[in-house]
Amino acid sequence: MRGRPKPGAYDTTMTQTIPDTDWAAHLQRVHTHRDQNAFAALFAHFAPRVKGFLIRSGASEPLAEECTQEVMATVWHKAHLFDGSRAGVSTWIFTIARNKRIDALRKQRRPEPEEVTWGPEEEPDQTDVLALQQDTRKLAIALAQLPEKQRILIERAYFADLSHSEIAEETGLPLGTIKSRIRLALERLRHAMQ
Amino acid sequence: MGQINHHLSDQLLIGYAAGALPEAFNLVVATHISLCDECRARLGSFETVGGCLLDSGPAASVASDALVNTLKLIAEGPKEPPKVSRNRAGNVFPTPLHDYAGSDLSAVRWRPMGGGVRQARLATSGAATARLLYIPGGTHIPDHGHRGTEMTLVLQGAFRDETDRFGRGDIEIADQQMQHTPVAEPGAACICLAATDAPLKFNSLIPRIAQPFLRI
Ligand SMILES: [Zn+2]
Repeated sequence: MRGRPKPGAYDTTMTQTIPDTDWAAHLQRVHTHRDQNAFAALFAHFAPRVKGFLIRSGASEPLAEECTQEVMATVWHKAHLFDGSRAGVSTWIFTIARNKRIDALRKQRRPEPEEVTWGPEEEPDQTDVLALQQDTRKLAIALAQLPEKQRILIERAYFADLSHSEIAEETGLPLGTIKSRIRLALERLRHAMQ
Repeated sequence: MGQINHHLSDQLLIGYAAGALPEAFNLVVATHISLCDECRARLGSFETVGGCLLDSGPAASVASDALVNTLKLIAEGPKEPPKVSRNRAGNVFPTPLHDYAGSDLSAVRWRPMGGGVRQARLATSGAATARLLYIPGGTHIPDHGHRGTEMTLVLQGAFRDETDRFGRGDIEIADQQMQHTPVAEPGAACICLAATDAPLKFNSLIPRIAQPFLRI
């Protein structure tokens, strides 16, 4: 049966042996070897971030804790679906956390786009994987370099469950200012990605 | 499939990527993306922004037994059954609609709105509402102003308004300032998926009286 870890097989000392940044390799080891050490490393990095995201999305502490564990369990169970040529690991985990936000916090059904047929299952092209990793890194840098005012509004658009007009009430900024700051931020990101 | 000229806004794609939209809007976004490779790619970018924000964002410390509990959860096996979303070629309804409106047009239970226009309200939770509209060729959709945002996605046929033409896959996003009078092109009926986050306010008398009864 898929994904049944042996109790007691988890060993914290092993997490240091895998380079911290190559999360795709960790996920691969979870998928192919049911590697609990690789999973523990992913958990140590991503679980607190997922919990942070859920709390900022309005979850109470206990709900966020419960949902975080469910999100990370999904990471294990769906590791075989991860495709490094379509998304980075942080993006992939973000979408799982986002789905949990909709299911558990908003209690909504979650309409998903029709699957694209990618042809017969084959190994993702390594050139695509690398290009995507580079793009993601570029984007992360560009985001970090945004003027603070713009970055805060982008973060709110993602994390807070607020419409623009609610952000306006909260920040005291006119709606037009918020819209143009978000637009400027996105233009900067696009420019950085060219 | 023809060329799609009218796409989702950045705001809606961010909202969808982040899981912050009401269900009715998510339905329209997912349906448009099913028809539009360009917005599918843009969504990918916005999800990547989300991934970067997750990665750099503030972390909340998890319980000391969180990993152990998660491994127990894993041992119980996956909870979600895997989703299969296959569709019949040429179906007017992309797969996201199937859970809401049935697997194709013939499953829709229309209600007349007058003038040959029909609608079918789709069940979604939250403040926004979604419905299918059936507008016979050459017919006006009742003139209305908006209190919130309204999204109209064409599934079959086409309509025109003061600004442009909208065919299959095109999405019109109208806000509260907009007054528009869309007309279905002559020929086959125009079928749209519409979502609105505030009740519509019709300008002509009859639809306004009818509104509460029609549950628009
Ligand atoms: Zn599009």
